[in-house]
Amino acid sequence: MKFVDEFRAPELINKAADEIRRLADPSRHYRLMEVCGGHTHAIYRFGLKDILPENIELIHGPGCPVCVLPMGRIDDGLSMAQDPNVIFTAFGDMMRVPGMNGSPLEHKARGMDVRIVYSPTDAIKIAQANPDRHVMFFSIGFETTAPSTALTLKRAKSLGLANFSIFCNHVTIIPAIRAILDSPDMRLDGFIGPGHVSTVIGCRPYEWIAANEKKPIVVSGFEPLDILQSIVMLLRQLKNGEARVENQYKRVVPWEGNRAALAAMAEVFQLRPFFEWRGLGFISQSALRIRDTYAEWDAEQRFNVPGLRVTDPKAAQCGEVLKGVLKPAQCKLFGNECTPEHPIGALMVSSEGSCAAYFNYEHRKTAMLTNISASA
Amino acid sequence: MCLAIPGKIVDIIPDVRSLALVEVAGVRRRVDLGLLEADKPKKGDWVLIHVGFAMSKISEQDAIEQMNTLAMLGEAEAALQEIRGYGLGEEENDQAGS
Repeated sequence: MKFVDEFRAPELINKAADEIRRLADPSRHYRLMEVCGGHTHAIYRFGLKDILPENIELIHGPGCPVCVLPMGRIDDGLSMAQDPNVIFTAFGDMMRVPGMNGSPLEHKARGMDVRIVYSPTDAIKIAQANPDRHVMFFSIGFETTAPSTALTLKRAKSLGLANFSIFCNHVTIIPAIRAILDSPDMRLDGFIGPGHVSTVIGCRPYEWIAANEKKPIVVSGFEPLDILQSIVMLLRQLKNGEARVENQYKRVVPWEGNRAALAAMAEVFQLRPFFEWRGLGFISQSALRIRDTYAEWDAEQRFNVPGLRVTDPKAAQCGEVLKGVLKPAQCKLFGNECTPEHPIGALMVSSEGSCAAYFNYEHRKTAMLTNISASA
Repeated sequence: MCLAIPGKIVDIIPDVRSLALVEVAGVRRRVDLGLLEADKPKKGDWVLIHVGFAMSKISEQDAIEQMNTLAMLGEAEAALQEIRGYGLGEEENDQAGS
């Protein structure tokens, strides 16, 4: 398999762009939210904003799990690993996310046993290799990673693995969309729905958005053509006064989702009554906790979790950016104190965070052009 | 973590519950098939992988397109690093040519 660094089907991309211009009513201003951080990354990387007419505004949604996790949860996880007998494991994405006293990586530099894993099952292997230590896995993610955590818990139980636990930080996408629609300062016309989350949950859970909120939603793939086609589908619905769920990413997303994954999640997890999201505040029934039948492997039940609540640095406006009220560059810290190299807020850490995406593509591009014109 | 990585199943591992050997751009690693119990993939099938688990079956064409998308997003190297990082099958170390 070769890596090809070019757009697939440029003629189809032009066609989709023409269709968007034809469908967009010039007297209207469209605000469409791409829910998934992967889409945000793709939109900046491919410069899709430059292709779209000015009256179509893309609002970046809450679908970046690292970005929406409040800082207190990171500090809660790190506090458990203060015990030298504990090995702290997490995905690489988590390692540079700042806590109150530094990121997991900085804690590692100070002597904490912090290890990157690429799969939760690797944390089980570390536990088996270190029977005298306790291995805690800091799990995050939407429904794309939650089923893998569920199967990992089932394995730990069937192995009777006593020195392993999971600090569960999984969140669910639908309540976050609902919270955004409830927010009074947010007016949206439609949604570009997440692709890979939907391979698990399917398209049915979005039907309430269409039915109750009268907003169209199109589940979309990640290529430039996919995203443009999804915008065409949204504009068509808006033009016809429709609000339906459509699946642009049929080649990967089944309408009913992945039943085995949903069953594993239902067996292991239950909904928390409420959970705090960075920028969005407390949202009811928006996150998963481990069921009591798996309490032995639930870090929150095994350890004394302080339940820290840490407010973000005052000057950082992560919350407003996450809600789409501010653009990344409108934050006072953007590009000065807060950069991908020295992130202050989580939106600058992950490549799927809107600040990092904006910085890496738009900001660097603008800075480069300014330099060129200054030296000319 | 949120990357969906396309891979081809080159072997189903006997005696180990729901593990398969998957090849991604020449790198071979073990991947868990436990989330595709309902519609088990066979040798030669293509799957999308998240954090060491195959999440959905896809066509070869979709696999190529997904790999191109990752490359265009500048994430191909990160994807291969993730695949190499899976600790379930170091013994299969990059034996396949690309």
